[in-house]
Amino acid sequence: MAEVLFFLAGIGAIAGAVGVVALRNPFFSVLALVSHLLSLAALFLLLHAEFVAAAQVVVYAGAVMVLYVFVVAYVGGQDEPLGPRAGSGLRLVSIVFGAVLFVELCAATLGSGLQLIDTNGTAVGPGFGSPAQIGELLLTRFLLPFEVASFLLLIAAVGAVVLARRRGGLTAAEDQARYSAMDVLRPAYTGTTAEGVGGPHRLPAATAAAPAQTTPVEDA
Amino acid sequence: MTSLKIFAWLTLLAPLAGTIAIGLLGRRLPGRGAGYLGTAALALSFASAIGALVSLQGLGEEERQVVAVAWDYANTVGVDAQLSLLVDPLSVFMILVVSGVSMLIHLYSIGYLDSDRGYVRFFAYLNYFVFSMLLLVLAGNFLVLIIGWAFVGAASYMLISFWYRRGTATRAGIKAFVINVLGDVGLVLGTFFIFKHVGTLDLLGTFERSKEAFEPGNADLTAGCILLLVGACAKSAQIPLHTWLPDAMEGPTPVSALIHAATMVTAGVYLVARMHPLFELAPTAADVGAIIGCLTLLVAGTIAIAVTDLKRVIAYSTMSQIGYMFMAVSAGAYAAGLFHLMTHAFFKALLFMAAGSLIAAMAGQQDLDKMGGFRRALPFTYGCFAIGGLALAGVPPFSGFFSKDEILLLIGDRGGWYWILYVAGYVGAFLTGIYTFRMIFRAFFGEPVPEARELEQGHLHHAEVHTNPATGEVEDTDVGFPGPDHHIAEREPSMKLAMGTLALLAVVGGFLQIPKVTHVIDHFLEPTFHDSALYERHPSDGMLAFGLVLGTVVALAGIAIAYYVWVANPGLSARVRSRLAALHTVFVNKWFFDELIDALVVRPSRWFGSFAQQTFERVVVNGVLVGGTTGVVKAGSSAVRAAQTGFLRYYAALIVLGMVVIGFYFLMAA
Amino acid sequence: MDIGWYLAVSALIFTIGAAGVLTRRSPLVILLCLELMLNAANLALIAFARMHGDPDGQIFAIIVMVVAACEVTIGLGIIVAMHRGRLPIDVDELRELQG
Repeated sequence: MAEVLFFLAGIGAIAGAVGVVALRNPFFSVLALVSHLLSLAALFLLLHAEFVAAAQVVVYAGAVMVLYVFVVAYVGGQDEPLGPRAGSGLRLVSIVFGAVLFVELCAATLGSGLQLIDTNGTAVGPGFGSPAQIGELLLTRFLLPFEVASFLLLIAAVGAVVLARRRGGLTAAEDQARYSAMDVLRPAYTGTTAEGVGGPHRLPAATAAAPAQTTPVEDA
Repeated sequence: MTSLKIFAWLTLLAPLAGTIAIGLLGRRLPGRGAGYLGTAALALSFASAIGALVSLQGLGEEERQVVAVAWDYANTVGVDAQLSLLVDPLSVFMILVVSGVSMLIHLYSIGYLDSDRGYVRFFAYLNYFVFSMLLLVLAGNFLVLIIGWAFVGAASYMLISFWYRRGTATRAGIKAFVINVLGDVGLVLGTFFIFKHVGTLDLLGTFERSKEAFEPGNADLTAGCILLLVGACAKSAQIPLHTWLPDAMEGPTPVSALIHAATMVTAGVYLVARMHPLFELAPTAADVGAIIGCLTLLVAGTIAIAVTDLKRVIAYSTMSQIGYMFMAVSAGAYAAGLFHLMTHAFFKALLFMAAGSLIAAMAGQQDLDKMGGFRRALPFTYGCFAIGGLALAGVPPFSGFFSKDEILLLIGDRGGWYWILYVAGYVGAFLTGIYTFRMIFRAFFGEPVPEARELEQGHLHHAEVHTNPATGEVEDTDVGFPGPDHHIAEREPSMKLAMGTLALLAVVGGFLQIPKVTHVIDHFLEPTFHDSALYERHPSDGMLAFGLVLGTVVALAGIAIAYYVWVANPGLSARVRSRLAALHTVFVNKWFFDELIDALVVRPSRWFGSFAQQTFERVVVNGVLVGGTTGVVKAGSSAVRAAQTGFLRYYAALIVLGMVVIGFYFLMAA
Repeated sequence: MDIGWYLAVSALIFTIGAAGVLTRRSPLVILLCLELMLNAANLALIAFARMHGDPDGQIFAIIVMVVAACEVTIGLGIIVAMHRGRLPIDVDELRELQG
């Protein structure tokens, strides 16, 4: 029974992965990833990781993928053009690399001489992988990583807000009206490169003088 | 002995202090303050020189060669570099002449250069020159000698191109300096040749060891002495390194008086006299020196008959007289040569000063063709010219007579082929009489020119537009040009005083060494030259009498011919010139030495320089070396730059490749 | 099933993810492939946890999930900013690092 479930979930996972890579439309790739995640959750269950499987479904497939769907909807998932640039050469190379990588990984893990690889694993008690155990570990041994992870989430949230903020910023007039004491006290030709080549000058009063001043610089 | 050393240092350092003081404070001093300060520094120097003389004579005969060491600079690999002075009769003689005549010339310049914008600069430079000349003659080892030699060359350059906005002046300064540097090279190489064998730079040490280190006629010593002669010829304007001296007349007249009559050009004579032990061991070099001196005195004498620029006549006369001195010290007549050096300093400086006064009366014009009849207008100047001219021509009892005849007497006494030089010397004396009085008769006799008439009315002629006397181009009198005012001796007390003193010395100076009567110079210089085989010589009385009479006759004959040609028969000189046109061309063009040097040295150097720049620099250095290196670097970097494609996936592929490789490595290692 | 099978599946998914990163042009899909790789790592972690009977591996996997979530957030934020700035959503077009 377990083997059948394993094979079903495994094939589902691999099919989903292949779908992510091969499908042209990004929206379909997202859907393939969702199915991959659900298959992976099944694999986790087979490995006695109930809490992780539940978190995978709820957090990953549920929240993160929904985020992806939103962005695909906003950005517009048009079919990816098959452009000529670095096209076929890179495809071949990547497949070769991939194959080599796969072989290496298998050699590394399966050929590593770990005795327990060929078994079902050590015997575990009934509470293994249960929420109670995970929760206890998170709040005792792994308290610091837990807190740091939450902090990381906070940073990510702030970063996302900053990145997606409307970048209107200062209007041109506002931008020029803001100048500091340094702009006033600064001697000529010690400013920005733009000022040096006759670009917009920070001080409105000096804008009239700037063309006359910068001419000798250009002559030299 | 300590007081001697103190006097020697004081003599040397007073002009240096003068230079620094004038350089820093000169502008703050009112009016002619810088001039007085400079003259005071030199008066102090001269007083110390007299003090040194007195102290030296206070020492016993054997002790009269004192070395004063101030500072041991380095003493490694056998090179003993010290700041040392050698105070002995020869150097005391030289410092007396140098500081004395320099003091008088400073006095003269106080008045002469009064309106010049560069007044302060002039006195600073002049003091610096005197300091370097004193350093040269007081040098106790080759190192200090070379240093003084170089300083004198630099001072000469600064003073010749004193009116620096004049193109002719700066070119003349550069010419003088380049030829002097050639002499410097000769001097330094000669020092190496000698040092190689004796192993010390100290002069007295060198002389002591020279007898063991060199057998007579040693090739290295001869080569070294000839190289020293190169240096001496460059500094003393002997053939073939003489072309700078006439051009050096671009400098102000006091400069010509000081440097190119009395002091710098005598440095070569001093050098040969100082190195006499080496020259006596290398008779070939000494013979070369004598021949060069003889040639110079004849060639310069012939040129002086033909040129028309007043100062250049006097310059060629200087060259000729130095030829006499060179001949003398090369032939072993050291005291006679140095005696002539002293008397020549007196009457030549006097002649230059008088020439300065005459040129001022002509408002800067130096051409003899335009001068005439100044006898009534400039009586004092005329008197000085006459005294100087008589001394130069060698008429008794003026000083030049005694010194020149002593030289020729001792040269004749050498015997062998030296009698050729003896005859040449008298021919030169004849020419001297002619050209000297040609100059005097043309300038002071005959119809007075307009400038002279003006001056007789009491008004000094001023040119409306100031021009360069050589090229005639217009120049202003502000900076780097002569000042607008002209000062003649009759009106400037300082000039009169200086010229009067020199005139007196030119008259009585000869009495220091009247043959058979007084031997002041001989005895004074004896401690320096006691090791010389040629010093003590006693020519026969018959030869002495013959020489004296012949000298007088030759000089008077020269004056008479000059009178006949230029005063008694006014058109005669033009007729003679047209008859001997080819000869006149050779003389007026200075025997084409300038053209020769131009063809032999200047053109090949220019060609080489332009070749180096056009071909070598552009093709080899810029093209191959610089371009090649940068090309290689550029090619390499553009090859590497190809990896920066900007494609994200390319970079990702590289990451994966890296992972694969590392994993492979670890797998293999395990 | 033997643990080895799970590890083979994990390796395969990782490889597929890597090939996807190298092959696809849309940054969105590249992020999805990154997710694949992360998930493959998670699977390997859980498998080893089961093998040793040690739940630390599962804690690790949870933390990895948190990190993946953060990374997705930022990545998608960048893609949104690109879209706002009218840049083409194509990694081959964005080549300003080209030297």
